[in-house]
Amino acid sequence: MSELTIVQAVNRGLTEAMRQDPDVLILGEDVGINGGVFRATEGLFKEFGADRVVDTPLSETGILGAAIGMALYGLKPIAEIQFLDFIYPAFDQIVSELAKFRYRSGGQYPCHVVVRAPYGGGIKGGLYHSQSTEAYFAHTAGLKVAIPSTPADAKGLLLTAIHDEDPVIFLEPKRIYRSVTGEVPDGDHRVPFGSARLVREGSNVTLVAYGAMVPAVTEAAETLANEGISAEVLDLRTLVPLDEAAVVRSVEKTGRAVLVHEAARFCGFGGELAAILAEKAFFSLKAPIARVTGYDTPFPYALEHVYLPNPEKIAHAARSTVRGG
Amino acid sequence: MTNGGTVAHSDADPAPEGDGFPRDRRLEAYRWMVTARVVDERALSLQRQGRIGFYAPLSGQEAAQVGAAYALRPEDWVFPAYRELAVALVRGVPLRSLFDQLVGNSADLSKGTQMPNHFAYRAQHFVSASSPIGTQITQAVGAAMAMQRRHDRAATITFFGDGATSSNDFHAGLNFAGVFRAPTVFFCQNNQWAISLPRERQTVSATLAEKAAAYGFPGVVVDGNDLEAVYRVVRAARLRAIAGEGPTLIEAQVYRFGPHSTSDDPRRYRTDSQVAEARQRDPILLLKERLLSEGLLDAASEQELWESVRAEAARAFEAAERAPPLDPHTLFDNVFATPTPRLAEERGEYDRLVREGLGKP
Ligand SMILES: Cc1ncc(C[n+]2csc(CCOP(=O)(O)OP(=O)(O)O)c2C)c(N)n1
Ligand SMILES: [Mg+2]
Repeated sequence: MSELTIVQAVNRGLTEAMRQDPDVLILGEDVGINGGVFRATEGLFKEFGADRVVDTPLSETGILGAAIGMALYGLKPIAEIQFLDFIYPAFDQIVSELAKFRYRSGGQYPCHVVVRAPYGGGIKGGLYHSQSTEAYFAHTAGLKVAIPSTPADAKGLLLTAIHDEDPVIFLEPKRIYRSVTGEVPDGDHRVPFGSARLVREGSNVTLVAYGAMVPAVTEAAETLANEGISAEVLDLRTLVPLDEAAVVRSVEKTGRAVLVHEAARFCGFGGELAAILAEKAFFSLKAPIARVTGYDTPFPYALEHVYLPNPEKIAHAARSTVRGG
Repeated sequence: MTNGGTVAHSDADPAPEGDGFPRDRRLEAYRWMVTARVVDERALSLQRQGRIGFYAPLSGQEAAQVGAAYALRPEDWVFPAYRELAVALVRGVPLRSLFDQLVGNSADLSKGTQMPNHFAYRAQHFVSASSPIGTQITQAVGAAMAMQRRHDRAATITFFGDGATSSNDFHAGLNFAGVFRAPTVFFCQNNQWAISLPRERQTVSATLAEKAAAYGFPGVVVDGNDLEAVYRVVRAARLRAIAGEGPTLIEAQVYRFGPHSTSDDPRRYRTDSQVAEARQRDPILLLKERLLSEGLLDAASEQELWESVRAEAARAFEAAERAPPLDPHTLFDNVFATPTPRLAEERGEYDRLVREGLGKP
């Protein structure tokens, strides 16, 4: 066990995988001598060299296309996209190609690439260094989507992603890269996909979140506890595959759900969760489902504090759900 | 002015006639270059003090930007990246407006929606800059095609870096411009770095300019530290464009003296001595020497110029800092021309939160 930040845990996960298997390599912008703009690949260039920690020209489509080709040939590439906001030049390679290779070839050409990208707001990054667009990827059949919220999960989910057989979009909550620390098991620590983490047990309302919103939701749960409201907190860990059973079970118990994400509300992942609850837990619901999310605007610069969900807004929504009105 | 001596421009018109850089505007150009340098110094220190959130300095690129901007006319459109502050200055954007953007206050014409350095000034035809690399390149071609269609005697110029030559839009943009003979000037500031990636690892072609050959039009390398040389090639490219002869790719060779941005630590990937060597050809120094030798400047007026620019910048920044903050409701503005019912509802939801004592900035 070591006490690490999230970004250090990502770094340990990468190191572990690269030591285990010479076929694992990293492609990205500034990942080499610079160690990545967030330092996630710090030290890897030194240990594994330029052949395995590859600084690419400035082209996300180049990174993804090349990673796909390498994966088809049997290597295990990990593509780093500097910010999730810059993934779109590679969107075609991801949604048209990576997601569909296995299916369209009848299973002849599985294509396992891990795409790592820091995502989310709260760093005063404005429009293009803040967005949470996980829903695009979760919406695309054939892609798995993992979003850790703790150092242990960052390493454990990353190692699971690297050992998976399918493409994984691995989104890292950059806002809490360094602010959240925790114990991380040494060695080949793996956290299974599709298994939500019960952060806190409760009986009055279920708060569902992932990534950087988990600490905010947890703080809200503490506030609520002081007011006599017992909130259960679930961290989804992976959106695809989704631990539907955990969400449904919890809401069957509490009868209330508050769904939280930074992404805009409309067609956000909370909409899918709400639909699942309406389909599978309808008769357990004691109050309308609530969503606390970003607004349906682009991600702002100066007003990001207005845009983002925070513990106060989450607690407020949970309170209204429990007390009505 | 031309060599004959008639003044062919107003203050709003930064593009004088004549082939060489007009003698009577050199000092003014120098002042813009100094202004940009002073803004850089100030902005870096303001960022360290937490008074602005971010900054991407342009030190080392002043002659390239000012020289290019002087070769344009007001009716031309600029499609910038995030480092083109000096271009905006020469286009007539007030310092105060630039600082309003860096602060993100209520006076910012972009309403605080963007990170510092991502400017947009419609009156100066300085089109809104974004962070994603290269996207402006194809857009500049489209605007040029529109000018062509309207038979307007104007051109577009797009600014981008050496890194951007690897982007999809660079290749698509050059190809479109070639096919449609678009009146576009592609102005690449090769500052030798794309964050930590050196120019020679971005592409193995000997120059960036030679990439134009593959798209069937001229590519020119120019010393970007030489104001007049830059002015001349951009002016020629612009004239070629409006004469219907098609686009030109210009590679202005410069050096990024500062960090990529305030988030960057360049010592991780380059040595101070590399930078010191590049600084020997500081474009401000080169022009200063020339102005001194021509008698357009002396030691006293040089010092006075820096001081007056520093004072001007300090005043402009303080005014920007004193401006009221943005009304939080502007968050919901300009998503659409008319808010959708849903946005109107979310705006109401925000008001309700504030009434209940939440969500207040
Ligand atoms: C599509 C995209 N990928 C990555 C980034 C992150 N990024 C910001 S600036 C930059 C380097 C740009 O280099 P260059 O084009 O040479 O311009 P310079 O910053 O040197 O002016 C990178 C990789 C981005 N903004 N957009
Ligand atoms: Mg560059």
